[in-house]
Amino acid sequence: MHIIDRRLNPGGKSFANRQRFLRRARAQVRKAVREASSTRSIKDAGKGGEVSIPTGGVHEPVMRRAREGGVRDYVLPGNKKYIEGDAIPRPQQGGGQGSQASDSGEGEDEFRFALSDEEYLDLYLEDLELPDLAKRQVAGAKSVQWRQAGYSVSGPPSRLSVPRTLRHSMSRRIALKRPKAEEIAALRAEIEKLEREGGRFDELQKLRAELEQHLARAKRIPYIDPVDVRYRRLESNPKPIAKAVMFCLMDVSGSMNEHMKDLAKRFYSLLYLFLNRRYEHVDVVFIRHTHEASEVDEQTFFYSRETGGTVVSTALFKMAEIVRERYPVDQWNIYAAQASDGDNTSSDNAVVLAQLKDVILPICQYYAYVEVGMDDEDDHPGAGEPSTNLWRAYRRIAADAPFAMRKVRHRRDIYPVFRELFAKRPEGVAAESA
Amino acid sequence: MMTALTESKLLYKGPDWDFDLIRRVHEACGEIGVGEMGLDPYPNQIEVITVEQMLDAYASTGMPLFYRHWSFGKEFARNEALYRKGYQGLAYEIVINSNPCIVYIMEENSATMQTLVIAHAGYGHSHFFKNNYLFKQWTDADGILDYLEFARGYIAKCEDRYGQEEVERVLDAAHALQSHGVHRFPRKRMADLRSEQKREEERRRHGEQLFNDLWRTVPVGKRKRDKDDDARRKALLGLPEENLLYFLEKTAPRLAPWQREILRVVRLINQYFYPQRQTKVMNEGCATYVHHRIMNRLHEKGQIDDGAFLEFIHSHTSVVMQPGFDDRRFGGINPYALGFAMCCDIERVCNDPTDEDREWMPDIAGRGDAYGALRDIWANYRDESFISQYLSPRVIREFGLFRVVDDEEQEEMNVAAIHDERGYRKIRRALSKHYDIAYRDPDIQIVDVDLAGDRKLILQHRVLDGITLEESDAEKVLQHVADLWGYDVKLVEQDDNGTLHAEHSASPRRPFM
Repeated sequence: MHIIDRRLNPGGKSFANRQRFLRRARAQVRKAVREASSTRSIKDAGKGGEVSIPTGGVHEPVMRRAREGGVRDYVLPGNKKYIEGDAIPRPQQGGGQGSQASDSGEGEDEFRFALSDEEYLDLYLEDLELPDLAKRQVAGAKSVQWRQAGYSVSGPPSRLSVPRTLRHSMSRRIALKRPKAEEIAALRAEIEKLEREGGRFDELQKLRAELEQHLARAKRIPYIDPVDVRYRRLESNPKPIAKAVMFCLMDVSGSMNEHMKDLAKRFYSLLYLFLNRRYEHVDVVFIRHTHEASEVDEQTFFYSRETGGTVVSTALFKMAEIVRERYPVDQWNIYAAQASDGDNTSSDNAVVLAQLKDVILPICQYYAYVEVGMDDEDDHPGAGEPSTNLWRAYRRIAADAPFAMRKVRHRRDIYPVFRELFAKRPEGVAAESA
Repeated sequence: MMTALTESKLLYKGPDWDFDLIRRVHEACGEIGVGEMGLDPYPNQIEVITVEQMLDAYASTGMPLFYRHWSFGKEFARNEALYRKGYQGLAYEIVINSNPCIVYIMEENSATMQTLVIAHAGYGHSHFFKNNYLFKQWTDADGILDYLEFARGYIAKCEDRYGQEEVERVLDAAHALQSHGVHRFPRKRMADLRSEQKREEERRRHGEQLFNDLWRTVPVGKRKRDKDDDARRKALLGLPEENLLYFLEKTAPRLAPWQREILRVVRLINQYFYPQRQTKVMNEGCATYVHHRIMNRLHEKGQIDDGAFLEFIHSHTSVVMQPGFDDRRFGGINPYALGFAMCCDIERVCNDPTDEDREWMPDIAGRGDAYGALRDIWANYRDESFISQYLSPRVIREFGLFRVVDDEEQEEMNVAAIHDERGYRKIRRALSKHYDIAYRDPDIQIVDVDLAGDRKLILQHRVLDGITLEESDAEKVLQHVADLWGYDVKLVEQDDNGTLHAEHSASPRRPFM
């Protein structure tokens, strides 16, 4: 008999099969993932989890008998009251009673299984890319990262490498046969002993000469020589900017209701997820505004109420101010997403445009404007959508800047809009990033 | 601790185990299994695995290695989802019919569970695999692992050469037909699996050597037309043929050699599992009976303590529980329960028969030597014959078995037999029929090929009791047949009276070339 411990064998034996399965069911899984996202809570938006796909695509057909029809015959256990000749009403669904009916679970309409976080997000964010990702990464090469890279013979005292230096010193001392301190001490002791006991003169003389020679040699060959000294060398590496900050701007004036805020929130969480995948570190800054803007935490941002007028430019000024204070442009990728119902004080529009054009857009990687509307507002887009104040203003600059604007009315629109905004462009930006 | 154990003869205390303990337990089980019960198992190879590895093994029908296909990934995903949500526990062990017999045990099992598993799989299943006539006849325990290795390598090579997708299509088609890819009756002795690989290489080399383009240009004389062309054609093609995969592998006109080889791989592996499908009740019954005996004897001999014994009883009873038909947990007859009950019953009949037993099983009633009788039965029966021979009235009564007939024409189902004097035989016959694979799988045969005309392949489903094939599945499978065959295919559903129940046909959509 042998016992073999297989526990340490590399796992993931089924990995290749799983990949084949996911490839096979890709279209359906992707659809399921995207549908699932609309029913999930925002917190879990990025987590893997269970999805169910219709069995159709991954069904394995075999020749088998139909479930119904013909003369069937069952042998069942657990008879309590029946006697021969009894009639039993036929059960509704056919299943359950039959001994063959329920053993393989073949009849399921849905196939449920779990996706890992990674697989889930991959499918979820497939084909999306961050606009203008490349440009800033190259530009940001100014910031450097210092890295240990071997040793050098020169450097500041603070970077002296003691072990290295002593190692060199030791090998040099051994090679040049520098007398050791113990040897000299032993010699001295012997001479002293002979002197005290009155040993033979010539022997004493010989020892003295030897000591002399040793001392001279120790003097000529220093314990640590400048050639031994080594310093820890540093090398500078350009450091890609792996940090992004995302500004969430939202109008919280009275005209924005819960439904609209929910839409905005969904959009923000998608954006956050997406950025998180691309950057090591993502900061989120929430700026809400009425007729004045303030930076708040997430809870306040989404849930506290505020009344007042609507002056969009205040938020933009606030954002510029925060960028100046905390997010130097050469170190951070800056993204901004604005959600609003489109109201703005008309006199403010010109200020908004100027601020956007001159300050905000030049420092932003991307600026997305999402106009949220009521669910029940007119459902026939053909009938001349009442374009809002802000929408009209933004349309003027939308053409030639990293600026995108979309309207969203319903939860189910969020994801498509998001995909549209961040869809991979056929060429251009992607090519540069290589 | 060691001294305490040796003094008290206990094999272990508490739930912890180590490799040394496994060895001692294996030995102690052997003393009882081989020494007292006269079992003759393969040598065992016990492999300790983790939960994830167990799920892996589930996905590839328990085999330690298998070729790659998406359906195994699907299986894994399904089991994982069920397991993670707690709907389904994992088996404590998996055992493989090979020589040496590989027994997987899970690292999470307690010492008692490991003992149980070793007794169950290492002695029970292993004895059954080595001695049952079906396994002897159909499977090659020495070669299966090598053959799987070959299959995996061969299919991976095909994927490299012809592309994953092409190979997947062939495998899909082969899998769809695999339940109709077994020889049910032995014809000539199967070459052992090891030489399969050699054979395939030799054949290819031979083909390359013989190739001579000149032969194409030699004029062929006109064939004489026979009177009984029909019969001759069928005889030549070996029709009717129920092994669809075999027929397609040998005669499909347009398949490439590698595609035929893949069909063959699927067919042979499936043939290896064929005995297992026919001996579920006996195999589990044998293993359960053996572990029950061994654990009881270990307890009697003072080698396991009362706590361990109670743990064993707890798990044993849940394994052999048979919920009634009206129970929510009911999912058919539990093969462990039925097999175990029948084995225990046979032991009782041998040692302490009643008058009823003498009448029903005169050959073993009161003969003593229950182990001998059981060994003999385990060796020479399969589920269908085992039940029709040894399902005693007593077991029928204990299970409260009854037979229900559900005729489409009638308004209600009818109780045809219960556990009484008149019912025993009927129930026994009906139940035995349920375990007859030839009855349970639809009987589909290739009956004719229109060689002179459009090469249409004609299949026939022999309809029993008016039950036709599941339509949508049949069409899909037929599509696969058409793709493999390369020409049109027709499936006729007919019963023995000649009544036509249904007809399906398919044309190749993307024939294999």
